[in-house]
Amino acid sequence: MMPVAAHTGFIIAAYAAAVIVVGGLCAWVMLDYRAQRRNLADLERRGVIRRSAPPPPEPAPHQAKEKA
Amino acid sequence: MAIADLANPTRFLAFANRTIPWLGGLAAVVFAFGINQAIVAPDDYQQGATVKIMFLHVPGAWLGMLGWGVMTVAALGTLVWRHPLADVAAKAAAPIGAAFTLMCLVTGSLWGRPMWGTYWVWDARLTSVLLLFLLYLGVIALWRTVEDPSRAARGAAILTLVGAIDLPIIKFSVDWWNTLHQPASVFRFGAPTIDASILIPLFIMTAAFTLAFATLLLAAMRNEILRRRVRTLRLMQASAAS
Repeated sequence: MMPVAAHTGFIIAAYAAAVIVVGGLCAWVMLDYRAQRRNLADLERRGVIRRSAPPPPEPAPHQAKEKA
Repeated sequence: MAIADLANPTRFLAFANRTIPWLGGLAAVVFAFGINQAIVAPDDYQQGATVKIMFLHVPGAWLGMLGWGVMTVAALGTLVWRHPLADVAAKAAAPIGAAFTLMCLVTGSLWGRPMWGTYWVWDARLTSVLLLFLLYLGVIALWRTVEDPSRAARGAAILTLVGAIDLPIIKFSVDWWNTLHQPASVFRFGAPTIDASILIPLFIMTAAFTLAFATLLLAAMRNEILRRRVRTLRLMQASAAS
């Protein structure tokens, strides 16, 4: 059997590469999701909404009275 | 919910929002178990401890090919059925498949150096996998270059279908040509040639990476649907302003 120590560096490098790949993909999808949510919220704040978007919630009765 | 209902982007988003946390959690649990099994797995009588690199290299190869397989089905969906989510799936799968193909190439090189005495040889299996990685980069570049998503989708779909020829070449390259890479040892006619003490951790790690792939694909598809909504709203805003 071959000594483990002789190839430890290659094994560690391979697992580090896998961590970088999977971690990088996770970070990419999470950051992208946040960016798209932020963009949509920004557009919504400026009144740009999809025609098929659900209507905004009705104001509570006391808020409606205050507005009147 | 019927599968056909998922063709609707809003319903798909609801499905993805519900599924991603569970699927991601399951992937994490299977990863924890798989890594534990990989650590306690015995050394191979020929490869020694470097057999542990196979627990990453084989899933990387499988997912690199699965990613292109997903894109091929999606390309048919784009060109034949004009399915609303087909080009979303194709675009989302490309960087994920590319990343796993890169993982396959890097871990394979790191295994090859101590076992073969070299990081790289231009044999048929290695070269066809490198070609798959370059095809992934080509598709990603096409998506990023063409601004109109539907035009980009058609171009990417044609390139994907042409590139699908590489999948059987990768699989059978070790049978068709005399390669340094070993022949199929898991998915082959007859039983696998690997001992159960190494085969079981290999299957568990492959399952973990496949669950991670599915989670990432769903999340990337959700992002792509949101990106297209942002694009549509910005176009609406621009046309209203002009």
